[in-house]
Order: sequence, then structure tokens, then C-alpha cells
Amino acid sequence: MSDSLKSSLAIRWYILKTSLAERMAYRGDFALGTLMRFLPIITQIFLWWAIFQSMNPANPNEAHINGYSFQDMVAYYLLTMVGRAFSSMPGLSSNVATKIRDGEIKKFLVQPVDLISFLFWSRVAHKIAYYTVATLPFALVFFLCRSYFSNGFPDLVTFGAFVASLLLSFALGFYLEACIGLVGFWMLEVSSLLFVYMLFQFFLSGHMFPLDILPQPWAAIVGYLPIKYLAYFPAAVFLGKITGVQLAIDMGMLVFWTVFFFGLSRLAYNAGLRRYSGYGG
Amino acid sequence: MEVVRILGGMSIIQIDHLVKSYRVYQKKEGLREALRGLFHREYKTVEAVRDVSLKVEAGEFVAFLGPNGAGKTTTLKLLSGVIYPTSGSATVMGHIPWKRELQYRRRFALVMGQKNQLWWDLPAQESFRLHQQIYRIAPSDFSKTLDELASLLGVGSLLGRPVRELSLGERMKMELIAALLHNPEVLFLDEPTIGLDVVAQHNIQQFLKQYQEERKITVLLTSHYMKDVAALCKRVVVIAQGEVQYNGSLEGIVDSFSKDKIITLELGEGQTHEGLERFGKIEKILMPRVSIRCMRADVSKSLAQILDGYKVVDVAVEDLPLDEVIAKLFAHVSDPRLNASDTAS
Repeated sequence: MSDSLKSSLAIRWYILKTSLAERMAYRGDFALGTLMRFLPIITQIFLWWAIFQSMNPANPNEAHINGYSFQDMVAYYLLTMVGRAFSSMPGLSSNVATKIRDGEIKKFLVQPVDLISFLFWSRVAHKIAYYTVATLPFALVFFLCRSYFSNGFPDLVTFGAFVASLLLSFALGFYLEACIGLVGFWMLEVSSLLFVYMLFQFFLSGHMFPLDILPQPWAAIVGYLPIKYLAYFPAAVFLGKITGVQLAIDMGMLVFWTVFFFGLSRLAYNAGLRRYSGYGG
Repeated sequence: MEVVRILGGMSIIQIDHLVKSYRVYQKKEGLREALRGLFHREYKTVEAVRDVSLKVEAGEFVAFLGPNGAGKTTTLKLLSGVIYPTSGSATVMGHIPWKRELQYRRRFALVMGQKNQLWWDLPAQESFRLHQQIYRIAPSDFSKTLDELASLLGVGSLLGRPVRELSLGERMKMELIAALLHNPEVLFLDEPTIGLDVVAQHNIQQFLKQYQEERKITVLLTSHYMKDVAALCKRVVVIAQGEVQYNGSLEGIVDSFSKDKIITLELGEGQTHEGLERFGKIEKILMPRVSIRCMRADVSKSLAQILDGYKVVDVAVEDLPLDEVIAKLFAHVSDPRLNASDTAS
């Protein structure tokens, strides 16, 4: 391994370690935030039960929405929670925009360290801290809800694709939100933009409902959008809804979008810095 | 006014006709104007740095003085590569700053008194460790430098405390350590003592003085505290309205911009101060002491006449206080309607 590679890996490792230490500094907020995420499960289960009951009051368990039974729906919802635990980036965009607006970004122009890489590894640290705390409750919830997974545990290939989709959804989510934050170079305030994005993401990532229950042409349109990979895709892979050639195509698209937003964030950062440096700093 | 320096080879910092102007949106008052601003915006060009040329030699400690908005910080930002100029050129240690080469970034440091570069919720030590990696400092050098800096600044026991729990002065010391860990050859300090109490200010001054003398690094400092400047810098560059107005020694400012001196007399018993006003403006009477401000050229003549006609126990002739001269200088350069004689009087 060359020295420069070794040292750039060491920087990433230290960013990761320092960010982890920082997370531990906010342990109260962190523990509460992690556990509160599990609360909506209960309301979601009741909500879907009410919907399926209204469709078939005599036997809600027999009702189906576009191939999804009540059990499938709950299983799907639990899986999107796992997906979002990887792909959601709370505070990332606003953090980037604030750094630009308040001039904290100067640090990254003066010191030999790259902003996007720095943020990426801090975020990896946030996620590691989160999983460390959330794994047990997640395992408990999945154990309690095991009866909802009517197909049982998927085969190894499917599970491998599921894990890969989660990891890629993390990178996609990161670069996508980094791009929104970098708009801060051109706009003083990005919160409205972020709000609109969040609204779309909430519905079109599949967090609220499986995207394949949408009627055509909406399902097709949504199928082309990158945000479906943030929640719907990993869950659908796990449930065996996407297999074979379609799975390969979708994995390819996920890689494509991740690379696309990685490139876009780089371009936006460089263009933004040129603007920032030219404008006044 | 410009001090001509005879240079052999290239200076460590070389600035030639540097210009930085940018457009700012002219926001007008009121809702109607705000609505109009949605469709049509008027911009004004602000010339933050107009035409700055300067040379700084290795090992110099130079102060940038000037009123707020004079272009000092903009110049430091240009030299640290945060912004790039509209025209003109500059090199620092042979690097063009705004190219932002990593090699350059490892050789200098910028400390801004109002900006924080440490992790707020972590002990400073953690930030230092990260700097060690970012700047690729060898572990042995790192602990040696850290020990040295921490003991010089007297903050050894605070390294493990979260930065948010430190006082402003302690935090500034940590900022300085963070900036100096990688042994920068050039240091830019933008108001490092802003908001600090007298003791903390003095500590930081002493530290900077000692550090700079030992390491012979090149330092550019902006500060509004004359005490900082007087304690640290042999050379002063006054920038106002984006241009260099003065470049020379601190004492030289007084010579150049103040043509007055203060004669303070301690009068003998029974002696009144009547008639002293013909020698100049009476600044203060606190019997038996009287201070008279008179033209520098007339000092010896006036003094001879006073000693001749008055019973005087003691006498002192002084320059005007530095702060006053600088304030006048700033007022003058900020207001082009005033002419040179106004500054001098």
C-alpha cells in the first residue's frame, strides 16, 4: 500500500473515530431519537389493519391490495424502516447549507481536507453509532413480528442483494442530500427546497406504501426515479418482489444513480467553490 | 509614504496590484421594494481590495491596520486561498494561494478570532488528533509540538475538556495550538484577541511573540488592539478603502500622521497657567500640571519661551497617544473629503 493511500485512509479512519466520539457526546438525544423511531410501527400496523378491515370487514386477512395482504404490508413497512435506517440523512443538507452560509466552509478551503469526503465519513460514523444502539430493538421487533413474514427468510442470493441495496442506498441517500445542501452556494436558504424534497421522498420512496400498488402510469414513472431506491427497493428485494433480470437491471440503475449523484455533488461543490471564492467568501 | 525595500530574490509573500471586487445586491427598504426585488435586482460593485502591492520577508511579523471594511480580512482571505482575486497576483512561499494546492495548505495556517475550527462538543485533544492525520504529522513530532504549545500557553490540563466548556480565552489558545501543530511557515491571524479580557490578550501576545521569535515564522496579523500591534509588530501596513495607505514602522505612523506633540508642564508654586494658550491648545489642566498640544516644529521654540516666562518644576514632551493618531488616520482615509492637512493638525 502506498504511503499516500495509507495516510488518506488514516484520515478517513480518524474522521470516523472523531465523529463517533461526537455522537457519544450527545448520548441522551441519541438514545431517545433512536428508540422513538420505533413508535410509528404501532400506528402503522393499526392504520393498515383499519384499511384492510374496511375492504373485507368479515375477514380482513383475506383482503389484498395489488398482491399485498395485511401481513405483507406490515412486513413491507418493517423492511422500509431498515432501508431508511441506511438511506435517511437527518440534518445533512441543512448542515452543508449552514456551513456555506456561516463561512465554516473556509476551514475546508484552508485545511488539506475535502468537505464531501469528511461529511461522508462522519455520516458513516453516525450510522454505525445508530446501528450499534438500534440493532437489538430492531431484532426484537422483527422477532415479535415474525408471523407477518409469510414467505419466511429469503434465499442467500436475495439476501445478498438486499444487503447490497442497503449499502448502496446509504451512498445514494448521502450524495443526493449533499447535492441539495450544496445548492446553498446559490441560494441563501435551502429549507424550502429540502421540504419539497422530503415531501416527495416521503411518498415516492415507498416509505408510506409499496410503490407497486400505484396505478399506471404512476407506478412506471415512480419506477424511473432514484428515490425509490431509498426505501421501496430494498424492502421489495427482501420480499422477493423483484427477481432475476429485473433485479439485475434495478441494481444496475441503483449503481448508476449513486455514481450520478456522486459526480453531481463533486461538480456542484467545485462550481460552488468557484462561485463562493469569486463572490466574496 | 511607501517604504521601499530592497529585496534579494523573491519575498515569502509577494502581492502585486491585487484587486478584489464583488457584486452585492442592493436591498431596498420596505415590502414593495422587496417584491420588486423578486423580479429586478440592482447590484453594486464593492471594491474590497483596490490595488494592494506588498512584500513580506521571511521571519517578519507584520500588522494590517485599518478601519472596519478596509480590506484587511479580504486580503488575508486572498492570501489563504479562500477567495480569488478580480485581478493582480500574489504568491506565498512560491504558491499561488487560490490554486489551493494541498502542498500549500500544509505550509500555512489561518486563525480567525471569530471562527471556530475545533469540534464544539469534543475535547480539543480529539480535534488535534484529527489535525495530526489531516496534516500528516508524525506521531513523535505531534506529541512533542503539542506538549510544547500546551505548556507555553498553560492549557495542558484543559486538553481533555469539551471545547464548549472552555472560556473564550482558553478556546482561542486551543485554536492557536490547532493552527500551529503542523509547524506552518506562514501564519495569518485575523483578530486573534477579539473579545478577550486584558489578561488573556496579554497571554496570547506573549505567546505569539515568543513563538515567532523562536521559530522565525512569518506572521500577518490584523487587529484593532493597538497593544497587540505595538507588542508584536515592527512593521505596520495601514489599509483603508482597499489600498495601502502606509507601510513602515509603527513609530513612523506617528511621525507621518501627527505633526503635534504634547508638552506637559508641572508648574511651580504660585504659578498660574494664564497665557499658556498662545503656545498651543491646552489639552488638560490638573494643577499644577498643564498639557499643551503644539506643532512639532515649534516645540523647542515654545519650550524655551515657557521656561523663560514661567516657573516650571518639571517638563515632559511626548508624542500623541498611538490610538489617537490611528483613529485620526482612519477617519482621514475613510473620508476622502478631508485633505492631508486635516490629519496633520
